[in-house]
This record gives sequence, structure tokens and C-alpha cells, in this order.
Amino acid sequence: MRVAPVALPTTVDEAVEALTEAPGAQLLAGGTDFCVEVNFGLRRPPAVVALRRVRELRRYEVSDSKLVIGAGTTYTDMGSGELAAALPALAAAARTVGSPQIRNAGTLGGNIATASPAGDTLPLLAALDASVTLRGPGGERTVALSDVVTGVKRTSILAEEVVVDVVVDRRPGPQQFLKVGTRNAMVIAIASAAVVVDVEARQVRVALGSVAPVPLRATEAERHIADAIDWSAAGGARVTDSALARFAELVAAAASPITDHRSTAEYRRRAVQVIARRALERCVSRAA
Amino acid sequence: MTSRSGTGVADRVTSGIRDRVGDSTTRPDGAQKTRGEFAFSSDLWMDAMLWGKTLRSPHVAARIRSIDTSPALAMPGVRAIVSAADVPGRPTFGLETPDQPVFASEVVRYHGEPVAAVAADHPEAARAAALAIVVEYEPLDPLVDPEAAISAPPIHPDGNVFRHLVIRHGDTGATGDVVVEGAYEVGMQDQAFLGPESGLAVPAEDGGVDLYVATQWLHVDRDQIAASLGLPVDRVRLYLAGVGGAFGGREDVSLQIHLCMLALRTGRPVKMVYSRDESFFGHVHRHPARMWYRHHATRDGDLVKVEARIVIDGGAYLSSSNAVISNAVCFGPGPYRIPNALIEGYAVRTNNPPCGAMRGFGAVQACYGHEAQMDKLAAALAMDPVELRLRNALERYDRLVTGQLLTGAVPVREVIRAAASHPLPPTPDPAGPMMALPGGAGATADPAHVRRGVGFAVSMKNIAYSEGFDDFATARLRLEAGVDGEPIAVVTIATAEVGQGFVTLAQQIVREELGIDRVVLGPASTVDVGSAGSSSASRQTWMSGGALQLSCVTLRSELVMRAAELWECATAQCIFDEVGVVRVATGERLSVQDLLAPAPLETEQEYHHRPTKALDADGQGDAHLSFMFAAHRAVVDVDPELGLLRVVQIATGQDVGKAINPVQVTGQIEGGIAQGIGLAVMEEIVVTEGKVRNPSFTDYLLPTILDMPDVLATVIEEPEPGAPYGAKGVGEPPTISSGPAVLAAIRDATGLPVTRAPVRPEDIALVWDQGTGKASRA
Amino acid sequence: MPPEGEVPVDTAGETGAPAESPAYVQADRYELEVNGTRETVEDAWLGETLLFVLRERLGLPGSKNACEQGECGSCSVLLDGVVVCACLVLAVDAIGSHIQTVEGLTASADVTDIQSALVASGGVQCGFCTPGFVVAVHELLRRSPDADEMEVREALSGNLCRCTGYGRILEAVRDVQRSRAQSSTGQTLSGRPFGEQSFGAQSFGGSGDVA
Repeated sequence: MRVAPVALPTTVDEAVEALTEAPGAQLLAGGTDFCVEVNFGLRRPPAVVALRRVRELRRYEVSDSKLVIGAGTTYTDMGSGELAAALPALAAAARTVGSPQIRNAGTLGGNIATASPAGDTLPLLAALDASVTLRGPGGERTVALSDVVTGVKRTSILAEEVVVDVVVDRRPGPQQFLKVGTRNAMVIAIASAAVVVDVEARQVRVALGSVAPVPLRATEAERHIADAIDWSAAGGARVTDSALARFAELVAAAASPITDHRSTAEYRRRAVQVIARRALERCVSRAA
Repeated sequence: MTSRSGTGVADRVTSGIRDRVGDSTTRPDGAQKTRGEFAFSSDLWMDAMLWGKTLRSPHVAARIRSIDTSPALAMPGVRAIVSAADVPGRPTFGLETPDQPVFASEVVRYHGEPVAAVAADHPEAARAAALAIVVEYEPLDPLVDPEAAISAPPIHPDGNVFRHLVIRHGDTGATGDVVVEGAYEVGMQDQAFLGPESGLAVPAEDGGVDLYVATQWLHVDRDQIAASLGLPVDRVRLYLAGVGGAFGGREDVSLQIHLCMLALRTGRPVKMVYSRDESFFGHVHRHPARMWYRHHATRDGDLVKVEARIVIDGGAYLSSSNAVISNAVCFGPGPYRIPNALIEGYAVRTNNPPCGAMRGFGAVQACYGHEAQMDKLAAALAMDPVELRLRNALERYDRLVTGQLLTGAVPVREVIRAAASHPLPPTPDPAGPMMALPGGAGATADPAHVRRGVGFAVSMKNIAYSEGFDDFATARLRLEAGVDGEPIAVVTIATAEVGQGFVTLAQQIVREELGIDRVVLGPASTVDVGSAGSSSASRQTWMSGGALQLSCVTLRSELVMRAAELWECATAQCIFDEVGVVRVATGERLSVQDLLAPAPLETEQEYHHRPTKALDADGQGDAHLSFMFAAHRAVVDVDPELGLLRVVQIATGQDVGKAINPVQVTGQIEGGIAQGIGLAVMEEIVVTEGKVRNPSFTDYLLPTILDMPDVLATVIEEPEPGAPYGAKGVGEPPTISSGPAVLAAIRDATGLPVTRAPVRPEDIALVWDQGTGKASRA
Repeated sequence: MPPEGEVPVDTAGETGAPAESPAYVQADRYELEVNGTRETVEDAWLGETLLFVLRERLGLPGSKNACEQGECGSCSVLLDGVVVCACLVLAVDAIGSHIQTVEGLTASADVTDIQSALVASGGVQCGFCTPGFVVAVHELLRRSPDADEMEVREALSGNLCRCTGYGRILEAVRDVQRSRAQSSTGQTLSGRPFGEQSFGAQSFGGSGDVA
């Protein structure tokens, strides 16, 4: 077996340098996807650049207007503390990932770079129109998440780029993340939904997971419900049952799920209908 | 939490010996296991060892045109490759009939069938080499419908019907005023033992081989290996390596013959460890079943007749399918008094994955059918489902539908009442954690979305093997003085410890019978002792326990004889009171230590149970040794809009005869219930056109600690006549009626018929009318 | 200045770090620090996971290989004090970290209170999942000694057991929490990973050990 180099950088620039020096070298963050593929014989990297020691990737900044979350932030990090308080739906999503062992190792950057249709952080990030900072040998660029995650396990990240962080605007108001799985822990999502109610901008943002190749914004549903909500109601945003039902139907119509060994397209469509409605119900009050 | 009821235990003599029959003795290998020092079969290591890897067919059914191993042999580190042409002896193996090829030669009959095996310096080299072997396949149309298989052209020289049997009992034309009918289906469950298939084969100087392997029955493995290697059995020596669970999945040969072939071919030790995905292809699974039932009853609720037709899909090779369908048919109607019955069963061959033994062994599948029927009947009679079962429950001196008279302990009503008597859990706290609701961490449900249901099920199962099989177990016992003079009992027995705790019972039995505190178990192997039979069928407590008890009793009388010789009196004038031997007339006493001082004592005993008989053409006969009964009550919360659920509580009453080790009995009950829940709501090998779609723990879901409900268990101890200590087996019953109880609870919560296990979310959600909040079709 | 949140990283990783972090290592020869001991790994291959190296190269087969895809927890180890699946850690990525396996929890024949509680409650049957649970429970009770039942279940949700149905394991955890709370010394497991003996190490011989 060929001897291969392993780079253990401590800064992002060192990591980029290592990627350019060893063509074909692959980035390794938490290993929760990478090592599964190695163990299954699906991945045989000629060289590895490990990111675990790059402390600057594991930071976050919370300001009044936005959040910057380092790509090395683990699911455990996302699930508690100030970050969780600022993004409760992201914390909820992080809490559904794998097991405690997986959550201690897996990272936000890894979730994006793996780009699974069932990636648990992706719906909430898509709902918030997140952007991704990438750094390569030519410098940094910021790309909308929807332009980064381009297909099933496909991204536009270049071979020598490192995901540095994710930036989201802060949206005042309630947010929810619901995920459907057939077991109470350690499940791949059969369907998931992130709902963000922005009471200032009077917008509702809905993104679905596992019902399309990439996280899907249900834009028609968003428009319908934003119009239907009584934003100035005394107890907070208020909506009627029939508007909710129509919202849920539109969400279901937006989905393009498949049938696979985990579930059927018909069930997935019904599931997002139900969980999108329930997510929104938790964010608003009901009209009489 | 386990409570016990039943007849009391014998008074203890004040010998001070602890950890005897009836005590919750801690297991002797426990500390080692917690320290990670217990050697499992995948932990073995030897200098100069090679690594083995199996090449498996990617096709479900195909002709093999050619196998070219030369590209693989040329790769660095590759030491040997074997395939069908290299099998020196019998080219096939099998538990009931050797119908399964060691390696596929002309044709592959299932997805993942072994085609070749490689030995190389490093597991990665072996894996790469296996992929480099060029096999030319000509795919065939697979036979995957078990019903069609009955009359389809044979896909194997032995034909497609493994067994067809019929039970005709009483008046098969009888009818009842109330009739309910239903069709039911059970999917393919996997044993999913955590320790992967693994072993180490070491070639021996005598031209034979030493195999260290995790298995359920050393001697039957040895016999099959020897036959295929063309070696006499005494040159094939098996040693039990640590077993990481079994549940029936290790009864059939998996890697044993391949590994021995590689070791003999290379002249070096070879180790093989299946990966988890390979493990899903590497052993037999639980038979999927399709069942039709029709129950007839009087208006008062007395069962008149049960009709049933059960078809189990045995997959490509026979394994133990004949015995499984026999069980399914014999226990088809459940533990009830059935005056008339017409029950038909088929075990068939298809190109689906081979199926065989899994905990419950045919009684599980039937239980889903008969218990759903009892609920249907109760509804038709407007009767309480528990009352209906109590009314029809079997009693001692009833006859089964096989005509066998029940002469042992039959506490069916007791187990039903025990399960029903446990308090129900409190309704969910609206302010409680969302994790406690259906949907778990996914936070999908609010309390308002959840409905609670309660369901009941009862089951029966036989202990040990049946239909005239001369089952036995062998034990060797040696009593000697230790270096400090204190007596030591050395037990040599080939019983496969698979986690069930026989090693603990062995010590308890010797202490009980002989009062010797120090009991040492030698390693289990085929070398030093005869067969102990399989660790399956809930039989080891009775059989290996019986062999050991017999050995103890034998040596006890030899101790008495030694004392009598020393005292120059008749043996009838001496008794053994476990502190030693007492000469009754004078009160003189000799301790076990005294009596062993001159020389050790040793015996080897073979223990057989009383004979059973074959079933005749009408399925009648005293086919079984004894029976176990259990009842389960399940409380399940369901979110019907999403079809997600959470099992909240299982209460159970189980008939154990005698709890030799109460904590271990509790462990068997809770563990078995976990597997029962798994089959009910989440575990299924998904097979499409013969292809396994989910060979990993990512998609074959086992219950986690978050899925496990509270278990309230009552153990009924009504001693079984003829059984050592009156103890029945305990391993299987918890797996049998727990799942059907969960389905009954789901029916109760939703009003939906739910006729298939495992229940999938779409089975509930897509027939649930969100508008009306109930089933859109009953 | 906007508040900058630094996610706390176990500082135990700092104290034993080498003087300068190597920027490049070869995959076939490197050093790992396991249970307080420096171990040399030779003739290795890049794709070997920490689990493989522990079991097959370093003579530490205590961590188990039930699935090798992070779905069962039988390979749970502490990496810089945090419980992870060793099957998902590339061995070379563990360079410079403190690795603690089940074998490192106690000196030779001793057992911790958690280990003995697992045996006493009947929480050990085949034992394949046991080392993973031992590591996970040690870490849980160090981090959150008063965890309620739901927190305990969530913390152990990544550890599968096929034999016990988890009931006896939960009881063992409860027993340990109770007796630690009652202990007059009020010791807690420090979690310091350098092969130090952990809390409550007691000797448990037993009559009739399996030969």
C-alpha cells in the first residue's frame, strides 16, 4: 500500500495550502460520513487533510443582525448555549442527528459538504437563505447555500476549497424544525421541515428536507400564508384553520419525493404536509 | 421490576453456600466483559495470521459461467483463493438436509450467496482481491413469490416445497355461529446479534484444523465442516470463542468451512470477520409469513374450530424450515382449547434470502395471526378480549390440536391475569418532554395529536426439539481438592454460552447439588466432551442443566459410597447433606474435602429427555417435550396523522417453572420484549425481487434505549414435572406475544385493522382521515 | 464589539500536546497516545480507523466492531474527553489527542462502580455492547451526575444492545447515581485520561471464574 501524507493543519490557510500541495487530497472533519465510506470501501483517498485542529473553524459570532457559524461547529455545539438560544430550530435539528457520539464529532461544514438530501441542518439554513464562506488558494468567496448544494451529494465547492463558515441573517420570531423517522433516535430523516416566522419582515419561510434532491423552499406556500396571517393581531401573528390547511396542501404540492427502501413518495408527501402545518401552528396563534 | 408468584422454594440448609439455584448470582464472566477483556471471536489474534474475505454474488439468481481468480492471485499480499472446485469433501452443508453449497458452483440462488473466499496479508488486500476475481454470471429470472413457488418449476434439485403439513383435529367440518376471518403478514426479521460472524482457523500438524468460532452448536458445526473437508471428525476441533449474541442466527454454518479451507490451503492461521453489511447476507433470517385464519365460536365465546393456512418463505436453502413450519402449524391457534382444527402449512423455497432459526421459531409468526383473530372474535362477540382468552385458555389435561395431552404445568390463565393486573401507566404529561411522545427527538407530535391504545396477546411455544428428535446434552464433572485442600468442581460442557447466562447456571447447579463453592468452567470445545446440543429452543437450562445435575447426582452418590467404605457401613445408612456425608446412626460426618483427599472423582453423563413422536399424516402425535406460556399487555401511544408511535409500557406474565436465576430471567424477558417490539414496529429486511435493500444498521433499525418501554414482569413458578428443578426455558416466550400485543394496542388506538408486522408509518397515516380524526376505512 | 462565542474545547487536549504540532505525517508510521501511554503505529495504511488500530495493532480489542459505521456505539472511546465512535475516527486524525478506551478506565483487575453495577443488575449478557456502554456511562455521569432518566436515555441512545432490552442497564446507572450521591466522600470521576484510576475502583474476585 502506498504511503500517503496526512496533513494536520491548525489554521484554515494551512488547510488550503495542504489541499493545493496534494492533488486529490480529501478533507476530513468529523469523519461521520467520510469514515463510513472508507469502511465500506467506497472511498480511497490518496491523501487526507484533517480539519479537527483548526480552532478558528469552531467559533461562532452572534450579533443583532446576523450569525456566523464556523464550519467546524459540531452538532453538540449547536445544540446548547448561546448558539442554540439564537437559532433554536438549528439546535432542534442538531439534536436529531445520529447519536451523542455522532453529534460530538459531526460538523456543520461536513453536513453541507456531504450535501445529502436528508442533511438535517440544511432545511433550516435554506429557510434562512444562508450563505457559505469558502476559502481557496485564490482567496475567499461567499456563495448562497442554494448555489453550494446543487444536487444529491453534489456541491459546487472546488477541490481546493475549505468551507469556513455559514452566515445567516437573524430573523426575529419563532422557528421550528420537525423531522420524521421511524425510530426515536438515530434515524435518517424520511421527511423534515423547517419553518421560520419573521414577524418584522412579515414573512414565513418554509424549507423541506428529504423530499427533493436538495432542500426545497415551498415558496408558494410561503406567499399564501404570509398573506393570510393577521400580523397585527393582539396576541401575535394569527391565522385561521382553513388558511393553515391550504398552506399545508401547498407545501405537499411543492415536494417532489421519491419512493425508496425507507419510505414511499406518497407517505413523504403526506408527512411534510402534516409537519409543516404543525411547525407553523407552534409559531402562530389560531383565529377563532 | 419483576415480581414472582407460585410455589415456594425448598428450605435452605445452613451450609452457608450462596449463589445456588434460585439466587440472582452474578455471572462469572461479567467483570471481564465490562473491562473489555473478554475474548470474542472477532478479538482473536495469532502471529502470522492471514485475513479472509468472501466474494458474494451480486445477483439473486444466475448461472455461473466461469470464475477467474488469476487477477486476484496476482495482487500483492494474496495467499490463496478457494471456491467450489476446491471443496475436498461434501460440496454441501445444511442443518436438516445438506442442500446448501459451500460455494456456489453452477448457479447462485440468492443475493449474496458465497462464490469464493480469499486469504491475504491484510483485510484491505483481501477485500480488494475478492473484488478482482472475475465471475461471469448469466442472470436468471428469480422466483420470489412464495405462493407461486409451490407449483413453479424447481429452482433446486430437491424441489421448491420444503414441507407441506396438515393438522386435522376433531371434526374438520364443524362450524360455529360466529365466524371471523383474516389475512395477516409478518416481514423478515434479522437476529442482528452485535458480534459479527468471525473466527480463527489454525491448521494442525495432523492435517486437521483447529477452529475458534462463535456458534450455537459446536458439534453439529464440526460434523458439517468435517464432511466438507473430507476429514474424520476428530481432526476437526472446534473451540467456542466468545459469542456476541446469537438468537438463532448462528445455528447454521456461515464462515466455518470457508475459513478452514483457507487455513488448510495456506498452512497458516486465517481470521475472518464479517462486516455488518456482510453479516446481513451471511446468516439466515426469520421466515416471512403469510397467514389466513378463520375462527369459529359459539355465541357464548367458546372456540369451536380454527382453520388456518400458513405459508413461510424459506428462501434459497432449507436450513431449519421444516421445523419452523411445524411449529407455526402446531401452535397456529395459540394456547387455547380448540376442539376442531384444520391447519395447513407450507415452507417453500424461493430465491429470497435463506431463512431459518430465530428466537420464537414459527410460533412468533403464528401468534400475530391467532391473536389478531382472538381480538376480532372478541369484537364480534362484544366481549372483552381478555375475558375471551381466559374463557378459552388451555388447562392441564387439555389436548392440543396435535392431539397431545398436556400433562405438565399449564398456567395460561395465571399468565394472562398476571399481565393484566399490572397498573397502567399514567397518561402523558402535557408539559412533559417532547422526547417522550411519538416522534421522539424529531419533535413531531404535540400531546393533542396522540392517542393511546392498549392491547393484549398470549402465546405458547415448545421447549427443545420435537417430532422424535433424540435430543441430548453431555456433561463432564470432576471433583478434586485444590492446592489448599478446598474442593473444586471442574465442569466440562460444550454448551455454547451466547449471552443467555448458562455459565452462571452451571455454577449455581453444582453449588446446589454438591455444596461446593468453587466451580470452574473449562472452555467449551468438541475435544474434551460430547455434544451439549444447540443453544436454542429455550432448551439449555433443561438439557445442559439436566446433564450437569445428573453428573452432580452421580458424584454425590460416589461421595456417599466413599464415606460408607470408610465407615464400613451400608450406603443406605449415610446421607449427603451438602456440608458432607453424615452417618445417620452415629452422627459422624465427613466433609467433601475429606472425601476428595485420597483421589478426585469424575463422571461424564449424557442426558436425554423422554422421547417425543413424529406427527402422523393428520398432524397428530406427541411431538413435543414441554411447553411455555406467556401473556403480554402493551400500551402504545400513536400519532395517527403521521403513523409514528411509541411503546409506553409492556406488562407480562411468563410461565418459567422455576426461576433458577431471577435477574437473568428478567434480562431474558426484557431482551426478548425488545426484539418483539422490533419486529412489531421497526425491524424488517426489505427485499425487492430478491435483493436485500437495507443491509446496514442505518436502515435496519433496532430499538434503542429511547424506544424501549417500561417493562413490568411477573414470573409464574409452577414447577414443570420431569424438568430439572422444575425449570422451563425462558428465552423465547418474551419475543412471541409482545409484538402482537403492540399491534393490538395500535388497533385499539386507531381503529385500523393493522394486519402486517412491522407496522410502517404509511400503514397508518395514509388510511387516516385527518378531517374526521379517524380511520377513513375500518 | 459583537460577542464572540468560542465553543469550549476540552482543555485536557492542551496539556499533553507535543512542543510543535506536526503539519504533515506519513500514514504508515505515527504515534498515538492511548490510555496515557505513547504507542507507535507502524506499517499502517491511511484508511485504517482508530478502531482498527486499537484492536488489531495496539492489542486493545476492548472497543468492539459491531457495525463500523457509527450506528451502534460498541466502539465508543473518549477522544479528548468526549465520547465518539472510534470507527469514525481515522487513526491518523487521532494524532496529538488523548484517547481513552475501556481498558484505560481501571488498573488491571479492578472494576469501577459502574462496571460492577452493570454486572450486579444483570446488565451484561453477551457483553458485546458492554464496553461501549461502560465508556458512555462513565462520560455521562462525569458530565451530568444528576441526569434524570430521559437525559440518561438520550445520552445512551447511541449505544445499541440486542440482548438486555436496556432495563438492567438503566437500573445499573440509577444504582450508581444513588450510591455516589450517598457516598460521604462525594467523589466524582475526574475524567482525567492519563490512566489514572477512576473513582471507586474495587477488587472483585469471584468464585469460579470462567477458565
